[in-house]
Amino acid sequence: MSWLFEPGFFSSAQVHTALIIGGVTAVVSASIGVFTVIRGQSFAGHALTDTAATGGSAAVLVSINPLVGFLAGAVLGAGAMEAVGVRHVRSRDLATGIVLGASIGLASLFLYLTTTTTATTGATQEILFGSIFVTAPSTVPVVIVFGVLAVLVVAAGFRPLLLTSIDPDLAAASGLRVGVVELAYMAALAFAVGLSSIAVGAILSTALLIGPAATALRLTKRIVAAVAVAAGLGIATTWLGILLAYDSADWGAGRDTLPVSFCIVGLVFVLYLVSGLAFRVSEGARAARRSPSRPGAAPRMSSGSS
Amino acid sequence: MFSGFMTNAWIVATMVAVVAGVVGLFVVLRGDAFPAHAIPNGAFAGAAGAALIGANELLGLGVFAVAAALTIGWLGRRGRHDVVTALALVMMLALGAAFLSHTTEYSQEIFSLLFGEVLGVSTTALAPVALLGAGCLIAVGALYRPLLLSSSLPDVAAARGVHNHLIEMAFLVILALATAMTVPVVGSLLIFSLMVGPPAAARVLASRPSRAITLSVAIALLTAWFSIASSYWSNWPIGFFVGVYSAAVYGVAKGGALLHARLRAPTPVLAVSAAA
Repeated sequence: MSWLFEPGFFSSAQVHTALIIGGVTAVVSASIGVFTVIRGQSFAGHALTDTAATGGSAAVLVSINPLVGFLAGAVLGAGAMEAVGVRHVRSRDLATGIVLGASIGLASLFLYLTTTTTATTGATQEILFGSIFVTAPSTVPVVIVFGVLAVLVVAAGFRPLLLTSIDPDLAAASGLRVGVVELAYMAALAFAVGLSSIAVGAILSTALLIGPAATALRLTKRIVAAVAVAAGLGIATTWLGILLAYDSADWGAGRDTLPVSFCIVGLVFVLYLVSGLAFRVSEGARAARRSPSRPGAAPRMSSGSS
Repeated sequence: MFSGFMTNAWIVATMVAVVAGVVGLFVVLRGDAFPAHAIPNGAFAGAAGAALIGANELLGLGVFAVAAALTIGWLGRRGRHDVVTALALVMMLALGAAFLSHTTEYSQEIFSLLFGEVLGVSTTALAPVALLGAGCLIAVGALYRPLLLSSSLPDVAAARGVHNHLIEMAFLVILALATAMTVPVVGSLLIFSLMVGPPAAARVLASRPSRAITLSVAIALLTAWFSIASSYWSNWPIGFFVGVYSAAVYGVAKGGALLHARLRAPTPVLAVSAAA
């Protein structure tokens, strides 16, 4: 097996932490991400990594724990988006954009007030790219606890969440309090994104939230199955990416290794493209058989937001 | 405040605000805020790649921005638009991370790419911005009718023979040129904020397209000018003022419209949001 796993892969503490934190993040992100994709809220899911980073830079400025800053930034950002936001999908992206612009502006002020430009470059880069290999082992339990909490919130509100995601009007008509469900969901999303952006960096946070979930929703129309598939794909791409990055140190002598975020994101992206081909082939086969599909049973993937 | 090195800052901010005001109104009408964020932000990977192979930075930015726009437009045909945008963004950022891990030259410039160095604009940087800005305005002018129709009433546009998908591709390329080429000068934050806040405020305040565009440009100009002045007096980064003022302008416009609707008959505001 040494051709597959470079020596030291299983004995490295860094790799252990990366595998654990990557696996937990992948499962939490994927299960929440399925709803993010159905609701068409990828932009919000991504923008929360930036508001979290703003919170992180504020925490550095007043020297409190960055983890608190990241979580507070994500939760406040989500609250602001909900406050500005409207139900219409286009207006919602607009609200996200306005909150995002203000948040990055604040971040630039905090970074400016904290340090000189050289040091902020390091901080900016760290927040943007992050590395799963440099995650402090002390963040592992926190990520696990809050991650499980976020998944529990989603699991507890599964039915109402699904209904409000697919048809808010129907949900309101059947007596659901749509606003409360939305708020709970945004809180769960904020926690998940805030944690993952400090644990694995903003790029991986968005990639693991959207990629596996979007791929899974192309492969199956049943939501429970989609959550399971997304979690599986998330874990598989994360662990394979870590392995690739670790092994790549040995490929080109004297060259730098491939960054782990690049390996994981690359796998996620390729998987999404391949699933698109598979989806079109299976749709074509279905159309050829002319089997009647159940209308409205699940959200159609091709009816995009525009 | 208007002398010496500040002159260039005023000129470039004015040009950027005009382009952002015009292009931004269509960003708002089409709900394209996410691509408007993703394209300039991800295009930095092109600059990092160009630094790696010793090519021109502007060229790298332009190539990556247009490639991102085409990818989003092409994959967005079938997949979900927002999903594709998110994945294209993270893919480009990850590529940028890979490029950066092989070169140390570029990492110093990430901060200025994100937040901008508008107060240090050199005179030679003005010409490309002016040229591309004019190009964007001409392109929007040439596509004005079909673009407006497909942005506000896509179904009607399709019925009248407008290819919504082609328009979307063309608009994303315009967006790529408008944003990516101004990024090295003013940073991705400044152009993004100006493209979202002021046009959104203008759309709340005006329902007729021509008035909305005029208003959008006017608000964008005021936001940019006030930001430069504030940055000059306080010494704080200009990105902070642009971001906060843009959001505030929208908040005031929206709040005013809601108040107006509550005080009087609710029909005018409903008509505006239905037309949009």
